[in-house]
Amino acid sequence: MNYYHHFVIPFTAGLLFLVIVVAAKWIGWIKNLDAEQKGLIKRNIFGKASLHATWEVITESLLHRRIFQKNFLLGYMHMSLAFGWFLLIVMGNLETRFFTHGQMNPPYVPIFFEFFEHDLSTLRYKEIFTFVMDFLLLFVLSGVALAYMKRATSKPLGMKKATKHAFIDKLALTSLWLIFPLRLAAESVTAGLYDSGGFFTRWLGEAIVSLPGADMLYYPLWWAYSISLGLFFISVPFTRYMHIPTETLLIFLRKYGIREKNEHTSYTQVELNACSRCGICIDSCQLSSELGISNSQSTYFLKSLRDKKTTDYLTETCMLCGRCDFACPVGIENSTIRLNQRRETPASAINFGYVPTIEASKGKIAFFAGCMGQLTPSVTKATLTLFNAAGVEYTHIDKDATICCGRPLQVNGEESAAKELAQKNKQLIEGTGAQALVTTCPICARIFAESYGLSIPVYHHTQFLYQLAASGQLKLTPTSNLITYHDPCELGRGLGIYEEPRELLKFAGNLVEVKSSKTDSLCCGGSLAITSINQQQRSQIAIKTLESIGANDVDFVATACPLCKKTFTAASDENAILDVSEILVKACTNSRQSLKPEQKQRTKETSTVN
Amino acid sequence: MTKTVAIIGGGVAGLETAKQLNSLGYSVKLFEKTNTLGGHVAKWDRLFPNKRHASEVVSSLTLSQGNTQTLTETTVHSIKRENQGFVISANSSNHEADAVVLATGFELFPAEKKEEYGYGLFENVITSADLEQMFKKHGKPVMASGHKPVRIAFIHCVGSRDEKVNRPYCSKVCCVTAVKQAIEVKEALPNSEVFCFYMDLRTFGPGYEDLYKEAQSKGVTFIRGRLSESSEIEGGRVLIKAEDTLASTPLKMSVDIVVLMVGMSPLRSTNKLATDLGLSINADGFIAATDLHTNPTGTATNGVFVAGACTGPNNITDTVNAAKATALDVHNYLSR
Ligand SMILES: Cc1cc2nc3c(=O)[nH]c(=O)nc-3n(C[C@H](O)[C@H](O)[C@H](O)COP(=O)(O)OP(=O)(O)OC[C@H]3O[C@@H](n4cnc5c(N)ncnc54)[C@H](O)[C@@H]3O)c2cc1C
Ligand code: SF4
Ligand code: SF4
Ligand code: SF4
Repeated sequence: MNYYHHFVIPFTAGLLFLVIVVAAKWIGWIKNLDAEQKGLIKRNIFGKASLHATWEVITESLLHRRIFQKNFLLGYMHMSLAFGWFLLIVMGNLETRFFTHGQMNPPYVPIFFEFFEHDLSTLRYKEIFTFVMDFLLLFVLSGVALAYMKRATSKPLGMKKATKHAFIDKLALTSLWLIFPLRLAAESVTAGLYDSGGFFTRWLGEAIVSLPGADMLYYPLWWAYSISLGLFFISVPFTRYMHIPTETLLIFLRKYGIREKNEHTSYTQVELNACSRCGICIDSCQLSSELGISNSQSTYFLKSLRDKKTTDYLTETCMLCGRCDFACPVGIENSTIRLNQRRETPASAINFGYVPTIEASKGKIAFFAGCMGQLTPSVTKATLTLFNAAGVEYTHIDKDATICCGRPLQVNGEESAAKELAQKNKQLIEGTGAQALVTTCPICARIFAESYGLSIPVYHHTQFLYQLAASGQLKLTPTSNLITYHDPCELGRGLGIYEEPRELLKFAGNLVEVKSSKTDSLCCGGSLAITSINQQQRSQIAIKTLESIGANDVDFVATACPLCKKTFTAASDENAILDVSEILVKACTNSRQSLKPEQKQRTKETSTVN
Repeated sequence: MTKTVAIIGGGVAGLETAKQLNSLGYSVKLFEKTNTLGGHVAKWDRLFPNKRHASEVVSSLTLSQGNTQTLTETTVHSIKRENQGFVISANSSNHEADAVVLATGFELFPAEKKEEYGYGLFENVITSADLEQMFKKHGKPVMASGHKPVRIAFIHCVGSRDEKVNRPYCSKVCCVTAVKQAIEVKEALPNSEVFCFYMDLRTFGPGYEDLYKEAQSKGVTFIRGRLSESSEIEGGRVLIKAEDTLASTPLKMSVDIVVLMVGMSPLRSTNKLATDLGLSINADGFIAATDLHTNPTGTATNGVFVAGACTGPNNITDTVNAAKATALDVHNYLSR
């Protein structure tokens, strides 16, 4: 059977255009990946990763599971539009296939099938098909209705600033919103005129055609439906709707193990285009909720980068706390992209050649307190007291002088200056012949682990102390203290260390778990990655964070980062803020003999106790 | 009928206000939470600018109280307006008054908050207030081990002029206190070396600049620069790191005692009383005056007055002056 009518042209042309452009973009992006990334694709494409990716496309791109978790109505809206439309296409294809006994049809046939075929009496399972098709259409329309509502009550994001895409954005939005109402109208009128359709379209169609002159609407409606589809398809590559096809590619690439590197790659382009501008990242950002800075969040930054129009303001106004990375339903590595953008534009050629290298004596464990450790001597003291209690052979490699680990420079884009310092510290660390490096500072731990390329393992002190406590080497007897724990950004979202500090605190007292914790934990406000907010603003953030972790209802607020400790202490006079190690000292029950303060052994560089 | 005035705080501000109102014929109730009168001044040994004993000032004020009813070991927890007057709840009883004077003073900046300086961690890091105690007890500074210190460093602006601990204001009295204490150390231990690390020296009052000159002539070394951190070394001595900003060089020095010139911070418990009474708090955290120039002792609430260091850092002279002004304001209010 040959189905054709001129009105299918807008749809077909639009679809063809979209397919070609998306294919060209995908090919371009994939071709420009670097050798390592391509290798990952080759290695994984025919394996389980592809299956997992397909599953994720279903749960995320179609069902929008993560948005559901954020907000039911928002999730339902996205799901009904995406999954509903998808099912309509699938069912439409099945219906056509069944009817034409497996014949291959051009893509427009199933879309406009109700136009081409009025008498479906020969269709197997006709009742089911017509019912399901109507039902799905209503399902999608309920999503469209919600979208109208959202538009009325909360301006969709990204439409505020009228850039040169404003027209095309509006065109896309209008055509998307018209598609389903037009389809309903066209199918209903058809059903009314030809006694076809399902339970809803027939009922509506009969009502419409009973009006005088309604039959004149027949062709115009099918034309309009086709044109709205065509316009929407054509606008996709130029608007945020490009996120729909791009997210699929992103999911596959990510499942193959591709990630952002320490500079932009063509994978970054995929991430930039996968942002739906849903704006969820704005709500997750404390710069917005606490300080009212609501124009620098990832949605704006990514768009500016995609349009190659980013500014220093956008690049720099971010704490790199990583909250929005975890909040983003698409899973875009927002803060890494922002960091890489900073790397592209280092402020100046800072030179640290003059910094003298330090030498340390040998020890099995190299302990590094870092600059923040110098500012929080009680954390260092507590940690070393515990080491002594557990009989750890260590050498405190930056006791007399410390060289910055380089992370503060790194987060501000000064990669080469950071490397210079890293080189000196690496020499220091490797010179000790130690088997492991332990630091109390998550900021140092992060750069040691991610960028130093050390030959020995790096532990944050909570990890190391946890091993000591779990093996019984460090003896802890719980006190009756109530303790709440604040996840530091660099330790939690940065290094993925959530459990060890908690387990340690449970050995030492009663840990009170709070709602916003782990990946969702708030930033203390002390971030080194932002220089444009002042101390008072930092304190404002800190106070809110303390509130959210219930600081007033416990005896101690524990954290595992000296910077968090300092920031909280500055902001609040009411709460006792301690490092995990300081709390452990209170619960440590190794023999008193071994609990002598660390200073007593200071004359020897390397301490051996027991 | 004699009207009653409640004065909260038995420091020099409270004592002076009480004295004045008493002689104006009011019935005065003075509430003091500790068991002694005199507030912080009672803890000091000798006073700037003339090295007079602090106890003289306190006793002269306490002895001239006349009929003032002093209630020591009585903490005022809340004050409520009722009818035309006030109900003051202290410990567990209620007292009535026609007017209220807040003279609750200040608290010392908790030096532990500046953790990098090592207070509470390193035994020979002490505060200016601790040093006053040492002078009272031993007449000279001593190390925790009982040894005689040879090198002493005074660190100015600890918990003042420091955004990082949310205390951006100058505490006014600590520069001259450091100068006074440096001289006292030199007098008690002539062979000691004494250093003052300052940002800039603010010797604003009568006789203060002379004290500074005296310190210089006695061999006290003034170094412009802020302490960055300290650590403990052998024998409980302290290694301090700072930058000499005049010479533009980083500096490391080992000393026997570090004295932190702690600032005057707002007393936290006062905020509750102030909010109860509808008073506003200024940006530094002290009770805000109605008009800085023309009404420094009045408040936004009728019948409530303030005196002394609860409105901001002050020396004794200014505190006592404020107290006299407050007494007059109270009198004008009650004889309307
Ligand atoms: C280290 C140091 C040295 C100093 N040396 C000098 C010096 O040499 N010369 C000089 O002129 N100035 C000096 N000063 C300044 C001087 O101490 C102050 O000017 C003075 O203490 C202010 O007196 P005040 O009464 O306002 O406050 P405070 O002395 O603080 O007295 C307030 C009183 O109120 C009481 N109180 C608070 N709340 C309540 C409540 N709710 N209920 C009951 N009672 C309450 C407190 O217990 C306290 O006794 C020095 C300050 C410092 C920090
Ligand atoms: S970055 Fe993620 S959360 Fe933010 S607008 Fe884009 S998709 Fe939404
Ligand atoms: S990384 Fe943190 S500060 Fe930066 S945009 Fe995301 S939530 Fe905001
Ligand atoms: S008086 Fe001197 S020491 Fe005190 S805060 Fe002011 S400048 Fe600093």
